[in-house]
Amino acid sequence: MSGENPMTCEEALRLLAVFLDGELHGEPHDALESHLEVCRSCYSRAEFERRLKTEIGRLRGEEVSSDFEARIRSILSSFASSAAEQPDRS
Amino acid sequence: MLDPARDRRWFEQATLEALPELLGLARRLTGNREDAEDLASEAITRAWLHRGTLRDCERFSGWVVRILTNLFLSQRRSEATHPHESLDLEEDFSLFERLHQPFLLWWGTPEQEFLDRLLREDLIRAIEALPEPFRIVVVLADIQGYPYGEIAESLGTPVGTVRSRLARGRALLQKALWEHACDSGLRSASLERRSDPP
Repeated sequence: MSGENPMTCEEALRLLAVFLDGELHGEPHDALESHLEVCRSCYSRAEFERRLKTEIGRLRGEEVSSDFEARIRSILSSFASSAAEQPDRS
Repeated sequence: MLDPARDRRWFEQATLEALPELLGLARRLTGNREDAEDLASEAITRAWLHRGTLRDCERFSGWVVRILTNLFLSQRRSEATHPHESLDLEEDFSLFERLHQPFLLWWGTPEQEFLDRLLREDLIRAIEALPEPFRIVVVLADIQGYPYGEIAESLGTPVGTVRSRLARGRALLQKALWEHACDSGLRSASLERRSDPP
């Protein structure tokens, strides 16, 4: 436990999402970390939320259809005529 | 870059490599394929026009993703979409707590069981069904991994608003996953197990 007054489960759960997002700092971060080391219930909840967040993070990327890739290749080809022009640096 | 032909070839290659991520982000933000493809196409055109602002070629993917995000947000602002913050939406729905009900604890670790069975399609469907203001922050925070401050800056809102929308968005997402699990027989399966003779 960190500090004089250990964090309660209620406080821990209120701050958990911000903690898992890496946006909790300083004393509250340390107090929550200490709480999770000794509270099995909150630790289980934290692990569940962490794993669900990881699963959501895996949704990056999408299979590209051949039709859409052809559309993008066509757009990219159209840039050939403008390649000599100076790009906008603003 | 000084050689225009090389410049274009490099841009083309980098764009095609980043295309799955661009399309994925566009799909999660817009919620449908047609709008996603239009958004990704327009973002690529903008990236070409503004390629002079790319300082580090190694960071092309993050740079073009940011262009797409900003383009989407500016389109939404111009369409005057208003957040549903006045709606009475649950902020504290917890999937973990639902899974920890006594009858489900017959499964031992129902939350692990749930995550093991969770399908990518179920998650995508739940995210795409979120009201747009909540979907945007969930996508930017949980899929793209943007910090609260950057999301707030992109949206032109205070960080507190981002936190609040994120909490509501995640609660709605967990509620949708729970309802889908129930529809798929999670509850009935567990109750059948409970009534099985020892």
